[in-house]
Amino acid sequence: MKVTAKPIAQCYHCGEDCTADQITYNNQSFCCQGCKTVYQILSKSDLCQYYQLNNNPGSAQRITVRKDKFSFLTDEKIQKQLISFKDDEQTHVTFYLPQIHCSSCLWLLEHLHKLNADIISSRVDFGKKEIDLVFNHQNTSLRSVAELLTSIGYEPYISLQNLQKAKPVLERSLIYQLGIAGFCFANIMLMSFPEYLGLDDAEKNLQQLFRYANMALALPVLLYCSLPFYTSAWGSLTHKYLNIDAPIALAILMTFGRSAYEVLSNTGSGYFDSMSGIVFFMLAGRALQEKTYRQLSFERDYTSYFPIAVTVLKNEQKTETALPDLKAGDTIIIHHGELIPVDGLLTRGEAVIDYSFVTGESLPVVKEMGELLYAGGKQTGGVMELLVMKEMAQSYLTKLWNNTDKQTSHTYSFINSISRYFTWIVFGIAAVAALYWSFYDSSKAWNVVTTILIVACPCALLLSNTFTNGHVLRIFSRNKLYLRNAQVIEELATANHLVFDKTGTLTSSEKQDIAFTGKHLTDEELTCIAALAAQSNHPLSKELVKWLNRKEYFAVSNFNELPGKGIRGIIDQHIIAIGSDEFVTGEKINTHTGSVLYISIDGDTKGYFSIRNHYRPALLAQIKQLQKHYKISVLSGDNEHERKTLQQAIGKKAALFFGQQPHDKLNYIQLQQKTGDRVVMIGDGLNDAGALKQSNAGIAITAGTNNFTPASDAILEAGHLQHLPSYLRLAKANKKIILASFIFSILYNIIGLTFAVQGVLSPLIAAILMPASSITIILFTYAATAIYAKLIRLG
Amino acid sequence: MSVIFLLLIVSITVAGLFLAAFIWNVKNGQYDDEAAAPLRMLFDDTAAPEKETKAANINPPSKSL
Repeated sequence: MKVTAKPIAQCYHCGEDCTADQITYNNQSFCCQGCKTVYQILSKSDLCQYYQLNNNPGSAQRITVRKDKFSFLTDEKIQKQLISFKDDEQTHVTFYLPQIHCSSCLWLLEHLHKLNADIISSRVDFGKKEIDLVFNHQNTSLRSVAELLTSIGYEPYISLQNLQKAKPVLERSLIYQLGIAGFCFANIMLMSFPEYLGLDDAEKNLQQLFRYANMALALPVLLYCSLPFYTSAWGSLTHKYLNIDAPIALAILMTFGRSAYEVLSNTGSGYFDSMSGIVFFMLAGRALQEKTYRQLSFERDYTSYFPIAVTVLKNEQKTETALPDLKAGDTIIIHHGELIPVDGLLTRGEAVIDYSFVTGESLPVVKEMGELLYAGGKQTGGVMELLVMKEMAQSYLTKLWNNTDKQTSHTYSFINSISRYFTWIVFGIAAVAALYWSFYDSSKAWNVVTTILIVACPCALLLSNTFTNGHVLRIFSRNKLYLRNAQVIEELATANHLVFDKTGTLTSSEKQDIAFTGKHLTDEELTCIAALAAQSNHPLSKELVKWLNRKEYFAVSNFNELPGKGIRGIIDQHIIAIGSDEFVTGEKINTHTGSVLYISIDGDTKGYFSIRNHYRPALLAQIKQLQKHYKISVLSGDNEHERKTLQQAIGKKAALFFGQQPHDKLNYIQLQQKTGDRVVMIGDGLNDAGALKQSNAGIAITAGTNNFTPASDAILEAGHLQHLPSYLRLAKANKKIILASFIFSILYNIIGLTFAVQGVLSPLIAAILMPASSITIILFTYAATAIYAKLIRLG
Repeated sequence: MSVIFLLLIVSITVAGLFLAAFIWNVKNGQYDDEAAAPLRMLFDDTAAPEKETKAANINPPSKSL
């Protein structure tokens, strides 16, 4: 049925299929008027290279942007918050453009001056999807710049967050430290070569020079590059525990102290090469591990969803008001596609509210005049008016958000607990050795103690830890799971309880399952039903029309719609009714509490269509498997009617809870944590936000990383949800790989030490072995993680 | 012998220059966006005069202002 004879043309602008109303212009086909307009604007200004760099680079323009959407940008107060710099002539502003995705975008946005000569420069930050604009505000305005971007398909995303938060300062010190450590390390190695190879007596003065130069080069490493280790060690000491950086900081100080003593007293060359090399490798590992996903935000709150301003109706006058200035009793206008920012009463217009942001439920809800609409819903109907009941700070959603303070318990990470024992053991050995030598040859005691501390430095542990974590993070991100930091890997590995949200997580938000129960319907009857349903704007009717997928439509006469009940009309001389059981049959017979549409033709009740969210089938089977190792819970905001099917699909032991309010979900997780469980929460939607924050590791599900997700520890693309067991296994393997490489490096150290004690290790071999051991550890962790990821089929 | 002194000074200076260049690059934000630069260099700018206006305004003043 779906096969059409004529191939469907692709839109020249956005690449979508051109359906019913294809537009042809300049020999190119376009899917909608919007795409054609963008093409016209670009071709007029000779910017068609945009289309040559990539095929169909644009984004679909079917949803048109309201004409005066950006009128709030003329407001002085709002302008001040958005603009980063302004003088007599120039204004600098940064916009977030979520549509940026390819080199065409980059090219077009950096040639904006061709469209508007008053734009002095435009520069794109591809990673952040931002554009830095400089324009002459004598001749053009912020509003017209925003409208220009919108007209070519790059609508700036301006949210309440822009108004309330200062921009974070870029953290670059780690890069500086890495660069300087690399410089010092390389030069120290170079100048240590004469020492390694041995010098004649005649060249003793040269030897002195090289030693002092090495010491000078080691100073920046000691004083600047090692700062992260000192601050972290000091932080842990003030909290009265030892983390892994404490012995490292001690080892760095100790190595430098002993080397400086040797050089100044002219007794040896010191270990500046080892010290700077190890700092360099550790910093490199840290940089790899802390590589952030700048296009993602793990810290979102409701302000990044909410608009910056809203249209207020006062004495028949429309004014744009910044959201925080909104007061109870104001009347606001919400247009199609806009988010309801405050709780309010519907006073005019048709409200079809999509609460998927809040609940994950994608089927919009029809609201009647006078009903209370909660903030967070998106209007999918036309224009409506709301009477503001509560100010923004008091809205249900805002309160929910501010209520959820996570009680942060001090968790000892696995690596820190190893290092605690390790540190005490090293101190113990050093103390025993010092005691022993002070009896036999007290002049050597100092030497022995420093040697033990230098050799036993847990840098191998830290190296294997940071490099393994860094690589695991990269494998995860290649598989579309983005973790906030390396600590989350450990939380995933130690979890024993998985909690799932149902709507939008177990079910897909894009697809609905529709099934008919009742008497057989002929093809012609189905076409009639589709024709009638097409007359209504109700979300369920729309779903039904989409599912029936008819090519021809019959004319409908005597159409009438009872809002919230059903529709009736005459088609082809048959009276057809679609709607609730009460509306169609006259009595309440429905035992199904899900979304159900009854059908009657000429008074004869034919049966009903049930519309349900579509479960992700692969995922349910995976969850059943996971039950062997994990406790499973499902928390759903829906009612109980799917308990049976769900229980069957995911297994008997899973705990299912229905009718859960956002704070119920939060409480449930708290309760489980009190009994000692370590909980991973997997959910989407703002109603899971509290639970995601409270859990040990909260994974937010998103359809695409461009979309907005609630604050969480990890972001996972919905299509990869069925890989969850593999992710959990890799997180567990991470720990084993770190341990293995740690043992490996200790063996290395012991072998090296025995040779050194016997005096068979020449300085040259030692100098080669030192970086070689670091590099082999790095290679080992890399290979081990890569091989394990292959084994569990993560690319 | 003195040639070694000279070589030492030269080699450290050259390495120091590269370090200074690296720090200057980082400060200028060249490492902030690794994705855009490799794409940007592939575009051929057909119109010559625009290059000048672009180059003159390539560094916006500090954000902290």
